[in-house]
Amino acid sequence: MRELLVISGKGGTGKTSITAGLAATGPAKVVADCDVDAADLHLIALPQAQGVVPGTTQAHPFHSGQRAVLDPDQCTQCGICHEKCHFNAITEDIRLRPEYCEGCGMCAYVCPAGAIRMQERLCGQWFRSETRFGTMIHAALGIAEENSGKLVTTVRTVSGDTAREQGLDVILTDGPPGIGCPVIASLTNTRMALLVSEPTRSALHDLQRIVELTRHFRVPAALLLNKADIHPALADEMRAWCAENNLPVAGEFGWTEDFTQAQLLGLAVTEYRPDAWKPRFEQLWETLLARM
Amino acid sequence: MHIAIASGKGGTGKTTLSVNLAAHLSRSGFPVTLVDCDVEEPNAHLFFQPQWAWTRTAHAPVPAVDSSRCIGETCRICVTECRFKALIWMGEIMEFPELCHGCGLCMEACPAGAITESTRVIGTVQMGTVQMDAVRAESISPQNSHTADTPALRLLTGSLRVGEAMSPPLIRELFGQLEQLDQLDMGVHAGQAERIRVSVPRRNEEIVLRDCPPGTSCPVITSMDGADYTILVTEPTPFGLHDLQLAVETLRTLKQPFGVVINRSGMGDNRVDEWLAAQAIPVLARIPHSQQAATVCAEGQLLINALPQMRDAYAALWERLHQIVTQGRNTTEAETTGEAASAKASALSTTIHGVKTNARPDTETDTKAARHAAALQSASEAHHA
Repeated sequence: MRELLVISGKGGTGKTSITAGLAATGPAKVVADCDVDAADLHLIALPQAQGVVPGTTQAHPFHSGQRAVLDPDQCTQCGICHEKCHFNAITEDIRLRPEYCEGCGMCAYVCPAGAIRMQERLCGQWFRSETRFGTMIHAALGIAEENSGKLVTTVRTVSGDTAREQGLDVILTDGPPGIGCPVIASLTNTRMALLVSEPTRSALHDLQRIVELTRHFRVPAALLLNKADIHPALADEMRAWCAENNLPVAGEFGWTEDFTQAQLLGLAVTEYRPDAWKPRFEQLWETLLARM
Repeated sequence: MHIAIASGKGGTGKTTLSVNLAAHLSRSGFPVTLVDCDVEEPNAHLFFQPQWAWTRTAHAPVPAVDSSRCIGETCRICVTECRFKALIWMGEIMEFPELCHGCGLCMEACPAGAITESTRVIGTVQMGTVQMDAVRAESISPQNSHTADTPALRLLTGSLRVGEAMSPPLIRELFGQLEQLDQLDMGVHAGQAERIRVSVPRRNEEIVLRDCPPGTSCPVITSMDGADYTILVTEPTPFGLHDLQLAVETLRTLKQPFGVVINRSGMGDNRVDEWLAAQAIPVLARIPHSQQAATVCAEGQLLINALPQMRDAYAALWERLHQIVTQGRNTTEAETTGEAASAKASALSTTIHGVKTNARPDTETDTKAARHAAALQSASEAHHA
């Protein structure tokens, strides 16, 4: 399975807009959104804007881990649970703070009155949507919920199954920002990572860390230098860094209003201005597929 | 006073706002500590040339099993109790430190005392200082005027080890280090009370700014825990709005007061403004979209140094924020969260938007996922209609 993951380290470099452009072009594919705690790709793939055909969606609950539930009638206010909890999830006056509960079960274990039990936890939902770009698997982690890594894994597993059912061998995945748990869950055993960056000090710093992460997990990576013209000197510095560190540059885009305008209309940039953008994204696919 | 700077979406300008607000406050005479809680991709230090005072390795607790004391196959209580599969039975107890959440249950449960606390490295914490030049007397408002040297801005930054999945323990470590710093300060001040009272008039309260990671899950929740106020930074685009809505739901779930800064104002459309007005959420500032500002930020420079209009914008932002936060403090704790804060927000919003709105914040208890599903459902229905 050829799985292409779009990540960036730094947020706001254009990851989702680029993914949308790739979704609307290239080979037939399954599209996945692994940015489960602030997913945006569905705003393009399943827009509510007029004139764009939305799609159909099936929702599925996502249960993972446990959470502590307190029975106040049995609680003797002894305070042992508060004392033993490593996550500050139980206040001094023995109120549970569910947002901070890690689901470890310490409180239930130590409670001498048996007032706390562990309950299965609904952490969010995942969705299977039919969109104009193909089947999309995406998800929404519940507010202040845990287990984003496991939800990412669920999205990836379902995407793989869907691609096999449909006889497709390409999966395009929008990844989360950062280098932590959900990124690691998105990255492990993927075929290739497309790193979207921009010529700023912060983005260069973050690119270096995400490249280190892709190497740690032995996933081949390539750079898409977005907004390349906003700071020519820093763009040169970035290209030089890539050359020194053997990071191939798969493409460069200049800064343009087109991405924002397309987003406002619920379109991929290749749908907003096909003449200008379709050839560039087809070219990008060609470059990437040759490396996958 | 702790102020968190957060946003659902990445790249809206959290760090830009954090570093410039920190510099503005430091120049205005406040003792400021900027805590960079985005330990996955920390960037705040790039905007300063801090003098690093120290770098410390941060650890997370993991179990170490002493097999000579372990009861063995007949017990295995640590394996049954661990919800994270960090301990498994393979003829003996084996540890998987990278899966451990550090809850301590295995140590608590082991009847033989065979499990002790060991550690694994999760990253580093660095503390540095930055001396900002004082604001020139003629350019500041009277209540902020001061003659003494401004106290140095403190920067506390964490850097997650690449390959480490869990950032919350490192974020908690940052707050632990901050607490130690504060205790140290108090010790110094107790010993030199007389001299300090003369040379540094501490009439300005210490301000801690927390630059949070993007998203709405555990790293963000950990970063915002206990903040007196949260600034949500957004941009006027559909992605910006959608992720702002998630961030607002998070703050409402946590029952913490917040306001919004609209960054790059003018780049997209007015849906963010309309939604904020309908929700009666205060807009603290609108920072205009400008190519010049983008270039300054790209270089890692401070906007308030490079652009006079940005200096004014940040001064105005602080004035508004200070007003809101001090108002909140004159009321009871219950009032600073939930309905009363929303009512106050509503009053504020009326003046900000110049539009009379009676909109009440929604009291919905449904989760983000349910709302997401509802939106998708309606999109789907529209399609079939």
